Order: sequence, then C-alpha cells, then structure tokens
Amino acid sequence: MPKEYRTLQEVAGPLLLVRDVEGVKYEELGEIELANGETRRCRVLEVNGTNALVQLFENSQGINLSSSKVRFLGRQMELGVSPDMLGRVFDGLGRPIDGGPELIPDKRMDVNGTPMNPAARSYPQEFIQTGVSAIDGLNTLVRGQKLPIFSASGLPHAQLAAQIARQAKVRGTTEPFAVVFAAMGITFEESNFFVESFRETGALERTVMFTNLANDPAVERIATPKMALTAAEYLAFDLGMHVLVILTDITNYADALREISAARKEVPGRRGYPGYMYTDLASIYERAGRQKGKPGSITMIPILSMPEDDKTHPIPDLTGYITEGQIILSRELYRRSVTPPIDVLPSLSRLKDKGIGEGKTREDHSNTMNQLFSAYARGKDAKELMVILGEAALTDIDKLYAKFADAFEREYVSQGNYTDRSIEETLDIGWRLLKILPRSELKRISNKLLEKYYDNLNA
Amino acid sequence: MSIGKIVKVAGPLVIAEGMRDANMFDVVRVSEKRLIGEIIEMHGDRASVQVYEETAGLGTGERVESTGMPLSVELGPGLIRGIFDGIQRPLEKIMQKTGNNLTRGIEVPSLDRDAKWHFYPTAKTGDALTGGDVLGYVNETDVVKHKIMVPPGVSGVLVELKDGDFTVTDEIGYLQSENGKKTVLTLMQTWPVRRGRPYKTKLSPDMPLVTGQRVIDSLFPIAKGGVAAIPGPFGSGKTVTQHQLAKWAEADIVVYIGCGERGNEMTDVLNEFPELIDPHTGKSLMERTVLIANTSDMPVAAREASIYTGITIAEYFRDMGYSVALMADSTSRWAEALREMSGRLEEMPGEEGYPAYLGSRLAQFYERAGRVKVLGSGDTEASLSVIGAVSPPGGDISEPVSQATLRIVKVFWGLDSALAYKRHFPAINWLTSYSLYADSLGKWFNENVASGWTENRSRIMALLSEEASLEEIVRLVGMDALSPGDRLKMEAARSIREDFLHQLAFHEVDTYSSLKKQYLMMQLVLMFYDRSADALGLGADIEKLAAIPGREDIGRFKYVPEKDIDAEYKRVSDLLIEQIEEVASQKEEF
Repeated sequence: MPKEYRTLQEVAGPLLLVRDVEGVKYEELGEIELANGETRRCRVLEVNGTNALVQLFENSQGINLSSSKVRFLGRQMELGVSPDMLGRVFDGLGRPIDGGPELIPDKRMDVNGTPMNPAARSYPQEFIQTGVSAIDGLNTLVRGQKLPIFSASGLPHAQLAAQIARQAKVRGTTEPFAVVFAAMGITFEESNFFVESFRETGALERTVMFTNLANDPAVERIATPKMALTAAEYLAFDLGMHVLVILTDITNYADALREISAARKEVPGRRGYPGYMYTDLASIYERAGRQKGKPGSITMIPILSMPEDDKTHPIPDLTGYITEGQIILSRELYRRSVTPPIDVLPSLSRLKDKGIGEGKTREDHSNTMNQLFSAYARGKDAKELMVILGEAALTDIDKLYAKFADAFEREYVSQGNYTDRSIEETLDIGWRLLKILPRSELKRISNKLLEKYYDNLNA
Repeated sequence: MSIGKIVKVAGPLVIAEGMRDANMFDVVRVSEKRLIGEIIEMHGDRASVQVYEETAGLGTGERVESTGMPLSVELGPGLIRGIFDGIQRPLEKIMQKTGNNLTRGIEVPSLDRDAKWHFYPTAKTGDALTGGDVLGYVNETDVVKHKIMVPPGVSGVLVELKDGDFTVTDEIGYLQSENGKKTVLTLMQTWPVRRGRPYKTKLSPDMPLVTGQRVIDSLFPIAKGGVAAIPGPFGSGKTVTQHQLAKWAEADIVVYIGCGERGNEMTDVLNEFPELIDPHTGKSLMERTVLIANTSDMPVAAREASIYTGITIAEYFRDMGYSVALMADSTSRWAEALREMSGRLEEMPGEEGYPAYLGSRLAQFYERAGRVKVLGSGDTEASLSVIGAVSPPGGDISEPVSQATLRIVKVFWGLDSALAYKRHFPAINWLTSYSLYADSLGKWFNENVASGWTENRSRIMALLSEEASLEEIVRLVGMDALSPGDRLKMEAARSIREDFLHQLAFHEVDTYSSLKKQYLMMQLVLMFYDRSADALGLGADIEKLAAIPGREDIGRFKYVPEKDIDAEYKRVSDLLIEQIEEVASQKEEF
C-alpha cells in the first residue's frame, strides 16, 4: 500500500503542491482521494526537496486541502493493451466508456513511449491510395508518414479525414489494418460523425477510439494522444498491423499545454505557448513511422485548425516543421464548393518522391505532378492579373493557363466526398487537363512520356 | 571526484547538492540508471545538471557522481560511415544491443573497441614531433585516408612506432619529451567538445566550395572555409537543399548533423548515401560522411550538445589537412534547446524567451569554421565550411535566431515559400539572397572555369532584378504595355529562372551540374537574349522571337549528361542562331 499524504499545500488551476513527500519520482503517476472517496489522477511535474508539484488530469473541483489524500503509485502513466481493444471506446485517460467490460490487458505500456532509434527506422515508401486525386496525384501519402490536415473553423476537415480512412488502401495487399482515433476537445457531433462513418464501412470493429470531448476536462487532453499512440504502437509493432492514426484537434491539445505552462508561470514563447511546445509536439508526431524488421506501420493524420486561418500561428507552424508535409484546406475553394477544398499549392508531401513512379504508381507520375503544380501556379497568377486588368490584358498563352487553372479545380480537385479514384484515373485526368496547354509549355515532362501520353490524346 | 544527491528534478534539469569539488562542465552520472549529464551551473555546493537522457522516474536523494571530465568525443578510425547521437553514442551499436527504441543509461563506447585497423606508419623513430604532426595513416574507407596525428599539446622525440593491426586503444608507439616524460600513442584521441581544436593561423577563404547546384555556384557561391545560412519556412526545401549539399559539395569529408529534425530524414540519408556515387571519387558518398542524429523526439539537452559534437569531429578531420563541410539542420532547434534549459534555470530571458547569450553562442559556433594552417611542423592548409539551416517561425526572419545568424554568416540563401508553391526548386530567392564571397571568388571562376564567368553572372543578376521591376509594371498595366525590348528581357529572365536556376534534386542528371555546364547554360540563355536583341533592332517581331522552338532545347539542356555537353552546346547554339536569323529575315510586313 503506497504511503498517503495529507499535506496538500496549494491548489491553483490544474496544479497542486504537496509538502513533505519522500521518494517521489519525476513524472510519477499519483492519485488524489477526495473526502467522498472519489479519486482523480495526477502526475508529478517537479520534485524540489520535499515538495512535489503535481498536475491534475481532471478538474480540481471538490479538492480540499485538509481532507484530500494523495498517493503516489510508483509508476508512470500506463495503458493496458490487448487485441480486444479493437472496436472499443475509451475516455481520454484510457478507461472504457462504451459500457463494455474492463479490458484484460496483455501487458501494460508506458504511455510516454521511448524515442525510436533513427538507425532502426525504415524509410516509408509504400504508396497509399486514398482515392483523392489532390492527395494521390500531387501530395502522395505513404505508409508510415505523418501528414497533417491544416484546417480552420468551419472547413470540412472531418469529411476529408473520414474519406481517407474509408478509402485508403495499399494496392495488392491484404495485410491487417486498424484505425486509432483520438478526439481531443472536439464536439460530440464531430466525434459522432467519425463513429457513424466508421460504422457505415464496417471499420468500427477495427477501430480503437479515445475520446475527450469539449466538455471533458481540458488537462485530460494532455494524455489523450499519448494513450492513442501507445495503443497504435502496440497494434503496429507488437501485432504487426498497419495502423492509421487520426488525431483531432491538435489545436485543443496545444491550448491545454499552454494552460499548464501558464499555471506554472513559465516564461512563454510565441503567443503564450511554452518554449518546449516543439519538443512536446515532436514527441507525439515522431511516434509515426516504420521500424526495421517489423511488419506493421503507423501512418498519422493529425488535424489542426489554424486560428484565424493563419498558417504562421505557432501550432501549424511548429507542426509543419515536424510532420512530413501538410494538406491545407482553403476557405476560398470551399466557398466555391470545391470538394474537398484542398489548396494544392501550399500543400506538400515530403515523402512522395520515394513512393511514386514505375512499379509503385506509374512512370509518368513524377513528371506530370511537377507540371501540374507549375501550370496551376501560373494559371492562378494569370487569373489574378485578369481580375485587375481584364481578360484582354492576358497573352494568349496566359489565357490558356487561366483556363487550365479553372478546369483543374473543377475536375481534378473537386471530386466530392464519395468518389474513390484509382491512381490511373487520377493521372489520366491530369493528362487530359494538360492537353489544354501546347506541348512546348510542358518543359517538366520528358519527351518520351509526352510521346506516350500527350500526343495520342484527343483534346 | 565528488558524489552528491539530487534535490530537485524539473524536466531535463537536475539539481544536486554535495558537489563542491566538481568542476563546471564536468560530465556526471545521475542515479542508479547512470544517466549522462553535464554541470552547467554551480551555487555553493549545489550543481545544476543538464541531463542528456529522459529524466522520468528520478527522485530526490538519488546519487549524482561527477566523472571529473568535460564532455568529450573520441576521435579515431571508425567515425566515417557512422551514425551517432548528440553525445556521440553509436546508434547502430545501440540498436543491436537494445532494439529499435532508445532506452536509458546505455553505455557503449563511441568507437568500436574490437575493430582492428591496419596502421601504416610514416613518421620515423628519432623524429622530433609536436601536436598535429602525422604519425601514419589508416585506410578507413576506400576514399578516406585517416591520418593518425600527435594530439595537440603533446611533443617529444618518437622512440617507437609500430606497423600492424591495432584496435583504437592499442599502443602504437610512444614519444619521449625532453624531461623524460613518456607519452603513449594510440589510434584514438579525445577532445572536449566545447573547446575548438587549435590550429596555427587562420587564412582568408580564396576558393569556392563547388556544390553542383546552379543557383549556389553561379549566383551565390560559398567559399571553402566559409559560413552560410539557409533560413526558410517549413516546406520551402531547407532539408532537401542541405541533403543536396551534403551529397555533391566538393569536400573530402562531410559531417551532417540532424539536430532536432525528423527521424525519417536521417533514415533517408542512411539509405540513400551508400548508393550514390561521388562524382569526384567514383565511390559511394557514405565513404566520406559522418552522421550525427538527435531527432526531435530524442532528449532535448543532447540536442544542445549535438552541434558541438559534430563540429569537433569536423575539426579533427580538418586537422588532417582535408576540406571538410559541416551541415547543421537546424540551428533553430539547437537555440530552442538552449532556451528550454535557460527557462528551467530561471534565467532572465532576452528576446522571445531566448537567453541573452544566444548571439554569442551562435557566433562562437560559426567562428569555428574557416580556412586554416593546421598544427604540426608542415605547412598544410585545410578548411572547414559550415552551412546552417535556420527554421524561423512562420518564415519570418525578423526573429532572434535568424537575426543573430545573419550577423555572422557571409552567405545567405533565403528560401521562399512562394517559389516552393510553384515547385521552383531550389526555392532560393535570387532577390533576397546574397554571398559576400561572390567578388573575391570571381577571380577563381574566371581563371579556372571560363574568363566570362563574372560578366555572365552580373548580367544574369541584372536581368533578374530588372524582371522584378518590370513585373510590377505588368501587374499594373499588363504585358502589352511593355516595349519589345522589355518583353525580351522578361522572356530572357523567364528562361534564366526556368531553364537555368530551376534544378531537380531527384533527376539523376540534373541533380549535379559541373561548373562548365553551368557556364554553358548561362551562355545559351545570354546568347538567345543578345541575338534576339539584335534581331529586334532590325525590326523582328518579339512574339515570334519568343516562340522559336530552339528555346525548348535550352530548357532541356539541364538533362544532358556531362559527357555530351560540348556537342549539345554547339548544336543548340547553332540552332538558336539559325532560328533567330530566320525570324529576323521575315520582318513584319505592312
């Protein structure tokens, strides 16, 4: 029986100070027992002499300095894992909330994980076909990648994430897959949208859900992504499954981090977020990947909403520096009912180059991708000019580019939430669009490919 | 040696008491887990220790033991082709020992203690040697002749030197100094990372570090021994540019530090470099590369140490007389690690929470680069070039790390997200970037590549900057309002951007351009411009000039293999002349 302390000294926000403790360890998990027998979980943030600074994972209502008791459990936060987790729903701290029985764990894993040895990583290069042209064709996702969706309030990121989860497959394989879904501070409606969407496709029994909704304690969110990733690591590296992890919404997670940092009176970095937020986010995102000698993989799609649609806000900014690319949604495209409203120019997949080409997708993929990007960029420039000066001011070639840009948004990007395109379809649409432009403009495509795909195509 | 007890744990910072006898910057072992740490502050008998490993599970009362030694690296055969963490622990060995994830308190020597290296002595017994003198060499890889040197600060007469196979700790001979003191020599030496290795004198850089990247070599060259910074927002291609430089820079040794970046990027280097062939030696690129990896999920304090570990290894190879290039990706993560420790130490923050000494620490790091005369009795020259990536928040370089870096570096390659969106790579903005070496290296280019080099360079720069101002006009009044001469400038500038500056890192030929090829490409674009300008003077139509099919051949010149460039240059230039003359001959008829 661990020792109980009745020496609570201070409570301020999510923080507690306990005096006269002995043998307490940094990051140790603790429990607070209220007078009515209710217990709440907490962890040690700092030990200083005989004082321990403790962070609550739940709200502090009802805690009483003289009657509440604190116990330290001699271990860090752990998650009991077993294959039976699939199909279950847990709260943000890993307790089942679907009314089902308690899990009988195969083993207990430390939720903080341990960093992967860079020498033990295996480079992600298996093409995942999501069926979404703007992703498959231009910002290709591969197994083991972390590719966030940068969204903003009111944009349909949930629909896109659900579409990816529904359609994603590695062609020619039937390896076991699973989805791990972590909701952090989102509404019931949004969370339920995912549940329904998984249910429709029968993916629900292959899904593990961790939900911390908007009305659950904010500090609990600190642990939620770690719970989800621990489950994902177990499924991927112990059971050999291919796991797709969806984390939504990272912005709420970062805000919880800021709340604790502010309560500790730390020197803030940009916009009040703590200086260590980069490291903290990295310890989540970097858990995606593949390992040498292990069949499984963790592919991660974190979703974050950019405050004020601002990509330079610390949350998207730091995320972009850690993740392997980003899919950016655009309000402008959304207003024009382009579905999904993916803004392809600032979107990026850093791992695409190793995942595409002959034997993986098709030999023309890389060339056409570069050409589509540069043609669309030029077309958008031309359209901007047209707005100011009128169509007459454009050269003939720029008029073609403007036409191309419109057609590209309409036919390539806007495919709807229920169209599942094969990579060949996506590439062929690309060629059809490029046919709008004269051959001499296609400098980024080799002659051989132009002969094979462009010359025989009827405009 | 002193042994103390932990009184406080806060993240990577541990405070221990009873440490009165320890020295500043001593390495300590923390708790029974024997985590590695370094003393960074002393107050009475309390020492603040930054711990290079995860501190979860530490509590008060646990023991802290000083080793009495500063944080040092092991320098000797076995560095090349290796991948080490921020405090030089060999990651491959650790993987064999503990599996795919990093656990704590692992003790593995940096250099393999069992590997035997064949040592070829070159010094003779009876020679009087001083620090830096070469004793002999080990063929570490097919490319690198690893010279074994007398450690700095040691001198005497060589009494014995053996030939044969040795491990890094075996005695290979000894020196006897005047007062009879005997110094045992081994293949390995150690050096504290926070102190620069000594050299005789520093020299001004006078030769370019050829990188095979056109925008860099032609427009913004870096000198051997120079320092450069690449700032840019995420997704603008910092890492790809750094990788390109690590691959193709004409250096004997490349040290690549992945400091707080993605794990997969290091994997990429580990997978790709062994298969790439160095155009200068014909051997695999990995044969000259040392990797330091402290990825973003690894402990933050070791990130602070990683760039010192890397530069000390680089200096060691410099001391052998080699040209060494060091890439650090990214110094911003290093600065953030510094900020995190500073915050935990409750220091008064400077700008944006960074410690007030950020600027001086950065300057100290970059100043360890340079072209030098190395120690030893010879007159050997060597260089260490440093290229640091900077990741400014939001791409805004008004932040402290970028600004402190810009005050030191001589070359600035500013990456631009607008170019990256257009997939113009490398996305180095030609209007904001600069190289203070451009003039001093101009002479070298004129003498060693072609006499017209500097002239071509300045004409190209002029065309690009004119394009920028013309674009303003076009945006206001449209392309039609430009005079034919200005239209031609726009066309030429477009050709410079698309046909010359744009370079595909993933194309097997285009990834590297020799200086000669770069020169010929500049020649082709300028020739199109000059000949067309003449034709315009004769009344030719600008639309027709802009549309000549020969321009497509300029655009494809980048994909011509090095061996065919002369023939192809002749063909394309003849074609251009012919086509421009044809347009000129069919003047507009009224």
